[in-house]
Amino acid sequence: MNALILSAVLGVIMMFSGILLKQKSAVRGVAITGLAALLLVNILELRGIHFFKIDVAGMMYFDRFALLFISIALFATLVYFILSAKDMEKVGADYAEYFALIFFIICGIILVASFKSLLILFLGIEIISIPLYILTGADKRNLKGNEGSLKYFLMGAFSTGLMLMGIALIYGAAGTFDVEKMKFAIETPAVLPVTGMLLLLFSMSFKVSAAPFHFWTPDVYDGAPTVFTSFMATVVKAAVFIGFIRLFDETFGTFQVKWQMWLAVIAAVTLFIGNITAVFQQSVKRMLAYSSIAQAGFMLLAVYAMNTSAKEGILLYAAAYSLATIGIFSVLNKLNDYTFEGFNGLAKQQPVVAGALTIFLLSLAGIPLTAGFLAKFFMLKSVIDTGTGLWLVIFAVLMAAVSVYYYFRVIQAMYFKEGKADITVTGRFKWALVTIAALIIILGTFPNILINWLYF
Amino acid sequence: MPINYYIILSIALFCIGIVGVLTRRNAIIIFMCIELMLNAVNLLLVAFSKMHHLAGKAVLETAGTDGQLFVFFIMVVAAAEVSVGLAIIVMMYRNIHSVDVNFLNRLKH
Repeated sequence: MNALILSAVLGVIMMFSGILLKQKSAVRGVAITGLAALLLVNILELRGIHFFKIDVAGMMYFDRFALLFISIALFATLVYFILSAKDMEKVGADYAEYFALIFFIICGIILVASFKSLLILFLGIEIISIPLYILTGADKRNLKGNEGSLKYFLMGAFSTGLMLMGIALIYGAAGTFDVEKMKFAIETPAVLPVTGMLLLLFSMSFKVSAAPFHFWTPDVYDGAPTVFTSFMATVVKAAVFIGFIRLFDETFGTFQVKWQMWLAVIAAVTLFIGNITAVFQQSVKRMLAYSSIAQAGFMLLAVYAMNTSAKEGILLYAAAYSLATIGIFSVLNKLNDYTFEGFNGLAKQQPVVAGALTIFLLSLAGIPLTAGFLAKFFMLKSVIDTGTGLWLVIFAVLMAAVSVYYYFRVIQAMYFKEGKADITVTGRFKWALVTIAALIIILGTFPNILINWLYF
Repeated sequence: MPINYYIILSIALFCIGIVGVLTRRNAIIIFMCIELMLNAVNLLLVAFSKMHHLAGKAVLETAGTDGQLFVFFIMVVAAAEVSVGLAIIVMMYRNIHSVDVNFLNRLKH
């Protein structure tokens, strides 16, 4: 609750700082300080210190799972601000407004992570989506950006319609929007709740870009300004996944048999399409868009399994995936050429940047000793624990092997190809990159430092 | 009137909306079809709300009113979405002087 209220206030503060502060570095300073404060008050709440006592009529519920995820999301956003906030200047003139919109998105992320009523879920998803439509089209003269934002908007509004229909049908059967009460009301699968559940499943798959509802993702991620793609593909996607898990765990837990098969198929198709299409991309930005679809396929395994290791794993996955992808995008921002050739010879010019980038890519591919490996391990373990769907585990491992090909293409370009990568970076940026790379390795060797927060 | 009539009416409206979104090429018309989908949901929610109210008012005076509250939230969110969506369509029209969604795909290649 602390972070929710503070994030909304910070959004308004950022809007005013655009008028009051003339210098861009001052605006950036306010945003980074505000986000650090947000992270601090959220960790305090995790430790049991509440600043606000508000009666939410049981519509929200801040348990450790939600609070820990919010902390991870805020930390990833902080890293994102430190690495990429300067690059937002290139997008357009409304520098402070971009930060304001991102703070509003954080507000939505907190709602989605802690909903107890379908009304809050709907509001949270919309509060995330509407600022994202604006950020996607932030570069007003760029035709690709225009196309991306129009496509994102139409598809997003369409899937919101599906979601609302699902909620309405479930309300018809249960007579309440409260997740807890609903569970008992729809225990016997009838036509209304099952149709509603399927519509919700489809619309959530739209939002996390799971196949066959992924077709908007590459165009939108490719068309949006690279700085904002970085945020969209990481923190936002992870947040929607947390909402997905909470919804299907708490509301539809009683008829898991009904949707588990659907989810297995969606996860398998997502893994297949994401990984195979990523192989054929020529632009690293587009490759990362497909890779985000592929990683979503892995995260769907947690929704499929829905047990303790799935819940622990999704948090680890969110942290590992967000940090690594934000790191890669922050380097991509500095480059002018987004193709694989743009990375040629980077290792000779910037050995530190190339080294950190290698660790991020290894983590995404799931090589041991990195956080990405353990995150994938937790996902596979959670599926094995359910006792069903062994074929899904084997298929996921095969697809992870395919993913090594396109991640290593970047490493190959950096180290083994001759060329002149066009990049200039500051010393601070290098230090930040190295710190994140170290963090990924620490998380990969001692994952308990993160997971223990769930229990103690 | 039995609840089935309301369900059939709003499902029909909803399906018209979906078909419109999938087949039309003009961004504004797609947008109108999305609004149609949302309004079908509003209708259904109000009908269900009335139904639950009649069933539960002996126990609780306010039974079923949350459905109608939800409708207000949908209206507010839809208004916010319209303002952003129309701005996006205007931005696109300024650049290419067309609101045809196929046109953008052709420009890209």
